[in-house]
Amino acid sequence: MKRTITCIVCPRGCTMSAEMKDGTITVTGNSCPRGEKHAISECTNPVRTLTSTVRVCNREDVMVPVKSAAPVPKEKMMQIMTRIRSACVAAPVNIGDVIVPDVCGTEMIATKEIR
Amino acid sequence: MAAAVAAYDAGCTDVLILDREPELGGILRQCIHAGFGLHKLGRELTGPEYADVYRREVLKRGIPALYETTVTAVSPDKVVTIRNRDGIQTIQAKAVILAMGCRERSRGALNIPGTRPAGIYSAGTAQKLINCEGYMVGKRVVILGSGDIGLIMARRLSLEGAKVEAVCELLPYSGGLTRNIVQCLEDFDIPLHLSTTVCEIHGKKRVEGVTIARVDEKRQPIEQTRRYIPCDTLLLSVGLIPENELTRAAGIPMDPVTNGALVDERCQTRMPGIFACGNVLQVHDLVDYVSDEAERAGRGAAAYVQERSASARCVAAKPGFGVRYVLPQCIHTDANEDVSLFLRVTQPFGNVKLTVRSGDAVLAEGKRLRAAPGEMEKLTIPAALLQTVTQDITVSLEVLA
Repeated sequence: MKRTITCIVCPRGCTMSAEMKDGTITVTGNSCPRGEKHAISECTNPVRTLTSTVRVCNREDVMVPVKSAAPVPKEKMMQIMTRIRSACVAAPVNIGDVIVPDVCGTEMIATKEIR
Repeated sequence: MAAAVAAYDAGCTDVLILDREPELGGILRQCIHAGFGLHKLGRELTGPEYADVYRREVLKRGIPALYETTVTAVSPDKVVTIRNRDGIQTIQAKAVILAMGCRERSRGALNIPGTRPAGIYSAGTAQKLINCEGYMVGKRVVILGSGDIGLIMARRLSLEGAKVEAVCELLPYSGGLTRNIVQCLEDFDIPLHLSTTVCEIHGKKRVEGVTIARVDEKRQPIEQTRRYIPCDTLLLSVGLIPENELTRAAGIPMDPVTNGALVDERCQTRMPGIFACGNVLQVHDLVDYVSDEAERAGRGAAAYVQERSASARCVAAKPGFGVRYVLPQCIHTDANEDVSLFLRVTQPFGNVKLTVRSGDAVLAEGKRLRAAPGEMEKLTIPAALLQTVTQDITVSLEVLA
């Protein structure tokens, strides 16, 4: 089976081709090793960095932006969003603070300081 | 922030940042998605994290900033008039760096017929409401314009539970980065309709739907292709306008293509001592290039204040075939450092070669497997070659077989 994948690792956006044969994946069209890694991941276990916001319970009109500390499986994103939406955190918050623990083997961490 | 830090580090330690907003960071504060800093910092950060890297550098140097402060005028002799809670003041500067960024094109600029209900937002406004203030803007959404902000918002709205019915793009190609089309639209099965526009907005109090239609090569809607999409929200992501009111009022000569000031390789405008950088100079797609440009402006401004300016030996840089604009528009040939040219192509191309020429001499060239107007290109002229230049510089594109 052959698949065309547009690389999303960097803004260059290489058009790559991944061929799956007897359990091995051959990647062509990539300009760097990161592209090859991405193509293999897309074919086996596609992951994305998830970003969103969480309410700050002791502040009005302020949200704390969060990101997954490591990429999460693509098909789990909506599931994780349900947990992010119900979460709430008290200020002060520092960059890197764990806001939602234990999501698909990683955690959602703050990306902005809230005083 | 990058300009202030660079000016400070170049020995010009009396720097003041003026910001209209209550905190530093500009538009990055609402760009909570990842993808910033890959070129410049070698790691992938979100917008607020990227801004924080620079904020810390500003704080470390003790560079002061005035917040919620609006600059109402910049004069050619560099008197800056500001307005804030303390009233109106003037500041006499030795050099001024303009970094006001962009605002969004609005519905009024598009002349879309129909009613004027609630539920029509520019994409950036919706982004601010959702990401900074925690308000959801709607449940069923149509997005007009496939620039990066529109694509990013399609994903953001989907993640927050809205149904994005379609993204419509007037042009036959998307203006956004390829990676955004993949991870913002394809990941969420959102259809992208090219050569399509919104030709009517329906609804009295709230948006009830929009009529979309394909457009012909003159960008006119084709009657038979009109189609109604029920929705409660329309987002417009239809281009950015550099906020150059202060620049124009100061009488600084502008480039009609970039809608920014005409500058040299140090980002100095035609008005000595006034510099410009970032989206107010040219609309960027990568923040990494904005920081680079700001650092050039900061170093340039410091050099001006310290009276180490380049001489008057200046040649023009002009766009040739397939190139929409080139920046800087003027280059000092005795710059004594490599000079990078930034440009955008006129339309999407396949395999191309970009060449920088002065007369018959080739100063720089680069091959690209693909080139698109949405992706800024950069070519660097080595300092040694630059010193030999006497004629105007042209950047042109050649389609390879």
